[in-house]
Amino acid sequence: MANTSQQIDQVLRRDYDAGFVTDIEQDTVPPGLSEDVIRFISAKKNEPDWLVEWRLKAYRHWLTMDYPGWANVHHPPIDFQAISYYAAPKSSEDRPQSLDEVDPELLRTYEKLGIPLHEQEALAGVAVDAVFDSVSVATTFKDKLAEKGIIFCSLSEAVRDYPELVKQYMGSVVPYTDNFYATLNSAVFTEGSFVYVPKGVRCPMELSTYFRINAANTGQFERTLIIAEPGSYVSYLEGCTAPQRDENQLHAAVVELVAHEEADIKYSTVQNWYPGDENGKGGIYNHVTKRGLCEGRRSKISWTQVETGSAITWKYPSCVLKGDESVGEFYSVALTRGYQQADTGTKMIHLGKNTRSTIIAKGISAAHGSQTYRGLVRIGKRAENSHNYTQCDSLLIGDKCAAHTVPYVEVKNRSSKLEHEATTTRIGEDQLFYCRQRGLSEEDAVNLIVNGFCKEVFKELPMEFAVEAQALLGVSLEGAVG
Amino acid sequence: MLLKIENLHVSVEGTPILKGIDLELEAGRVDAIMGPNGSGKSTLAHVLAGRDNYEVTEGRILLGDEDLLAMSPEERAQAGVFLAFQYPVEIPGVSNVYFLKAAVNAMRKARGEEELDAMEFMKLTREKAKLVNLDESLTKRAVNQGFSGGEKKRNEIFQMAVLEPKLAILDETDSGLDIDAMRTVSDGVNALRSEERGMLVITHYQRLLRYIVPDRVHVLVDGRIVKSGDGSLAEWLEDTGYAELGSASV
Repeated sequence: MANTSQQIDQVLRRDYDAGFVTDIEQDTVPPGLSEDVIRFISAKKNEPDWLVEWRLKAYRHWLTMDYPGWANVHHPPIDFQAISYYAAPKSSEDRPQSLDEVDPELLRTYEKLGIPLHEQEALAGVAVDAVFDSVSVATTFKDKLAEKGIIFCSLSEAVRDYPELVKQYMGSVVPYTDNFYATLNSAVFTEGSFVYVPKGVRCPMELSTYFRINAANTGQFERTLIIAEPGSYVSYLEGCTAPQRDENQLHAAVVELVAHEEADIKYSTVQNWYPGDENGKGGIYNHVTKRGLCEGRRSKISWTQVETGSAITWKYPSCVLKGDESVGEFYSVALTRGYQQADTGTKMIHLGKNTRSTIIAKGISAAHGSQTYRGLVRIGKRAENSHNYTQCDSLLIGDKCAAHTVPYVEVKNRSSKLEHEATTTRIGEDQLFYCRQRGLSEEDAVNLIVNGFCKEVFKELPMEFAVEAQALLGVSLEGAVG
Repeated sequence: MLLKIENLHVSVEGTPILKGIDLELEAGRVDAIMGPNGSGKSTLAHVLAGRDNYEVTEGRILLGDEDLLAMSPEERAQAGVFLAFQYPVEIPGVSNVYFLKAAVNAMRKARGEEELDAMEFMKLTREKAKLVNLDESLTKRAVNQGFSGGEKKRNEIFQMAVLEPKLAILDETDSGLDIDAMRTVSDGVNALRSEERGMLVITHYQRLLRYIVPDRVHVLVDGRIVKSGDGSLAEWLEDTGYAELGSASV
């Protein structure tokens, strides 16, 4: 058995393909955090006064907060004064007006990652906003989207061009006082994407942001805001990579979604930050606050995530089901190998009547990986006849990994219904031998078994991301497509 | 000769289980291996299929003129060795047809043949499901998940029909089956008897051999073949019991 699990480890110990560094001139601030640094960031972006004040309020609040210690992850304390809070490729000092003006080295970076930024070469039906360290370098298909009244741009542009919308919605779902990392983000956020879909419009293509951390010793603090007006629909994809470095890097993002009456937002993530080497050195610390507000009646928000990277993952994409009959969904696959640790899950807060939520969480742990599912289902007094279904499955590969499930449930009325299922299984010698006896190589067998385990989640991913998830987990796409 | 086992000694964690097996099987023949619990029947099946943790201390096994023991489990499968498992394994989320298609194509690839496309494969499975009388809805469900004991065993025979092995080893295929299920499974096996194929039917009880009539019967007791004979040996055993044949408990 020891022999078998070593072999499986080898299969899983794939090289990190996105680990290269782009050699480009950077404009950075020295490490450290102070009101001056925040003013510097804000000035760099020519922000209005209200936003500087909002940042400073967040910063002052952050100084009063304690470092959260409740998650089941272990790492040395983060020295927030050792991080640089702003890094931008020099050439974007005067923001490029078109792709032709973007530094070719940058374009090559995205090409290497398989993210074409030239529209004529781009995946049909996907508009991309590419964020490199602290700035957005390109957004594709903007004009085509504008015809329908859809706004898709970097958050900095939104602050400049649509200040009223930003002012109205930013912090409305995740207030600047929300939690340690969200508050930090509110003080120092540098970039992100902004999406606005007008009433009754069905967004004709997938919108996608691709985040890349390149600079050393910097953190990435992006903020994404998506607003779906009544009766609209949008599907948004987020992808992430970072170079291989020995030091840990911090990523603390905030994502806010607002779905008005009968609006439908589908948000998918394939997270592939650098996980550290096989001895646990280096890697991204990923502390993310994602929350969607189902504001209107019969609105719907669906989160799908495939988490394969990061040394530390701390992430709970959540839904606040305020509108009556609104629907929240969370589909997740998280893989931890090497010395990766993940504490991830969701919160479903039922406030409106007849609200429904579904949680399907699949955790795969291999080698020394540790994984915790942490989920909260809260059904308020007013949320009569609400329903939640939760399913948490853990798959263990080898005998040194760990899986934990921590569900919290609070129900304040008698008419609601909750279902919870949880399983833990191990890829056994039996399953592997069975597959090999039928002629499959060991690698194919592991892929087949892992893919079968993730099937319910993969089928929720948009086509383009299902392909990326396949490449990432090294699994074949059984049943998830076609 | 399809299969030739010579003086095979096998230990598990230092304990000798097989103590010198000699056996030959020609294509077109069905031989039964009978024996009491703990005699080494399943060990023999697993060693032929290449399972880990069985140490071959002496002897050799030839498949045609190839050294079977030098091959990995998947190479053996690709060379035409099929094991119908005593306890078929569940693989959640992976449909039976998808699993089989992956298996068929892995083998075709190994033999340098073109992979089958979805249409050709559907045709093949439909044909074979009919041959072994398997409900087609089972082919769409996850591998062995939620299958009854009988369905699991029938599924093994279905896989065998699709993979068309040269050498099929049926490990206690009758265990846990009632009479009706055993008859269905046996009908499937009989439908797959062929001049190009050799089968080793491993069983504790004689009853299976009423339905799958063997050409020869070998009796395995305490790691050795103590008696070989034609089909009537099975009936003799039924009357007399294994104890007559020597040392081991029954």
